[in-house]
Amino acid sequence: MSAVLENLVNQPYKHGFVTDIESDVVPKGLNEDVIRLISHKKEEPDWLLEFRLKAYRHWLTLAEPAWPNVRYPKIDFQDISYYSAPKPKAKLNSMDEVDPELLRTFEKLGVPMHERQALAGVAVDVIFDSVSVTTTYKKKLAEVGVIFCSFSEAVKEHPELVRKYLGTVIPESDNFYAALNTAVFTDGSFCFIPKGVRCPMELSTYFRINTQESGQFERTLIVAEEGAHVSYLEGCTAPKFDTNQLHAAVVELVALDNAEIKYSTVQNWYAGDKDGVGGIYNFVTKRGLCKGAKSKISWTQVETGSAITWKYPSCVLLGDDSVGEFYSVALTNHHQQADTGTKMVHIGRNTRSTIVSKGISAGKSINSYRGLVKISPKAEGARNYSQCDSMLIGHQCAASTFPYIDVQNKSATVEHEATTSKIGEDQLFYFSSRGIGTEEAVSMIINGFCKDVFTQLPMEFAVEATKLLGLKLEGSVG
Amino acid sequence: MIVSSAKPLLEVRGLCATVAGVPILKGIDLVVKPGEVHAIMGPNGSGKSTFSKVLAGHPAYEVAAGEVLFEGRDLLTQEAEERARAGVFLGFQYPVEVPGVTNAAFLRLSYNTVQGARGKDELDPLEFDDFVRERMKLLEMDPAFLDRSVNAGFSGGEKKRNEILQMALLEPRLAILDETDSGLDIDALRIVSGGVNHLHTADNAVILVTHYQRLLDHIVPDYVHVMESGRIVKTGGKELARELEARGYDWVTKAAA
Repeated sequence: MSAVLENLVNQPYKHGFVTDIESDVVPKGLNEDVIRLISHKKEEPDWLLEFRLKAYRHWLTLAEPAWPNVRYPKIDFQDISYYSAPKPKAKLNSMDEVDPELLRTFEKLGVPMHERQALAGVAVDVIFDSVSVTTTYKKKLAEVGVIFCSFSEAVKEHPELVRKYLGTVIPESDNFYAALNTAVFTDGSFCFIPKGVRCPMELSTYFRINTQESGQFERTLIVAEEGAHVSYLEGCTAPKFDTNQLHAAVVELVALDNAEIKYSTVQNWYAGDKDGVGGIYNFVTKRGLCKGAKSKISWTQVETGSAITWKYPSCVLLGDDSVGEFYSVALTNHHQQADTGTKMVHIGRNTRSTIVSKGISAGKSINSYRGLVKISPKAEGARNYSQCDSMLIGHQCAASTFPYIDVQNKSATVEHEATTSKIGEDQLFYFSSRGIGTEEAVSMIINGFCKDVFTQLPMEFAVEATKLLGLKLEGSVG
Repeated sequence: MIVSSAKPLLEVRGLCATVAGVPILKGIDLVVKPGEVHAIMGPNGSGKSTFSKVLAGHPAYEVAAGEVLFEGRDLLTQEAEERARAGVFLGFQYPVEVPGVTNAAFLRLSYNTVQGARGKDELDPLEFDDFVRERMKLLEMDPAFLDRSVNAGFSGGEKKRNEILQMALLEPRLAILDETDSGLDIDALRIVSGGVNHLHTADNAVILVTHYQRLLDHIVPDYVHVMESGRIVKTGGKELARELEARGYDWVTKAAA
């Protein structure tokens, strides 16, 4: 990374966040009273409070997982404040007030002008009225019966739907971080696509959260009824700063008969400085349930940020002939650590899954793929194909692959392929001897390496992701 | 073809180079004029490949002494990509594989970068496709190679043809072909040599680095140089290559010592 960019990411976000909200922050520490308080502040129904408390009581019995291939100082869970009301970002009056380095990053990424303003926190009423855009968006969705709103809003407006599906994919007892999230989550997204509806546009969290902090413990629930289709985009390529170090989100997807959910993520959270100081810990539980026959859930992720990433977007293939897919690019540089992969649990007959994982490690980073392919006794005719490729840049990084395969049905077919390659001097020399400079060469090699994943991303995302990888690797080669 | 009046294209004087601190080239002198074909022969480890890489600007090699002028300008201060844009081409002995990057995209980026640097028009993908297909005929290459990843899964012969295809696209003034004949069967050798001969004009020059006489039956050199322990120890005409084929390198190196 160039010195300029390093400066950018190492700085605390200059424009900060409003701080006069003390009254809306719960004191540090976690106990049942805190959870009751959160639930009360959010005016939640009793069943949701009970759900939170159940999760909390279970969480107390759990230990923080020690198996990931990541290292970090022990987290003091009593030293965290578990509730602060969603706070508006500080508004600036014009683009002139925005950090020029941030503008340069936007320029490099090719972020459209109106998005730059929104991302930088500029009041954009004159040029780009985000409220009206959001309204237009909502109106269009309402016409076809699609619900897309914040989680809190969903609890108030559509409690029956939330209650029916919440925790059905990731139960409150699932794992340490999921239990913690269930106990204290503050907000997130809810999305419901009714029977037979093909969502008319890609749903992007960007439109929903650009004026508010999404919070440390985000909760997302997406339900696609019979025959429904939806493509959901999370995150954006612009660097994201946050004052909270620990993030533990939970994302649940439910697909009924013949439904299809495509969930794409591009993540570029603050990764800490080049010496590994600071940076966000991203401990996420994401899982999709292919509940109905012939349903399909597809995860695509491009992970470039966070100091530590602990994330395994998974599919439970319950319905017969259901399909699970996982396409991932995880890039780590400097002292970043990523332990990421997927779980494909085949339960229904003739279920199929595809895993394509591309890990790129540079600097002194550690990048691990961890995946489970499980074929249950009843998963007659199940098939899986996995491909896990690692690319190393430089001499001080590490890449590991931990594929777990558990087959309990003889008729299943499971294939696993893995490669490791290195961007070395010879490869770059080949390009330069053809007139192509290092930066362009690296970008071309990386994009070639990630092509199978990028082709799964929505077009605009793919273009930005391509540039993002180049930007994150600036200066790490040659 | 020797055109004695021409100004030198390449002038190498007292070139010494090391890799990881180990001296490999120990004082090379060589002058190449437009229109000429030079063959550099010599036993394994004599420094032939190192010489090619140093001329092309491989970063692992350090020049300890000497100078290299290309078209009268200092070559050694230029980065490898600048040399390529200026008209120096290295045909690799072992072309690297680049999975996921199509040959078409790679060739076009290379072509347009070099064209741009020479102040010429770049070609859009469709124009380039026509152009590259025409050039591929010269090497009897199947257009399907355009859609395959650069060199990935290519046979030895296919990789070498792909190298000469790049030479055909970039039209260098100086082409250094490092062991282009290794790994070629008779037919491929004929096609590759035919391509090189076709591209060779009175205005450009070729340096062939090779072990064997057989390449020189197809591409006839004006000069043959024998390299030994990082020096050129003997220079002669094309007949020297035949003599080496018959007698081996020992008599030359002994005579030089």
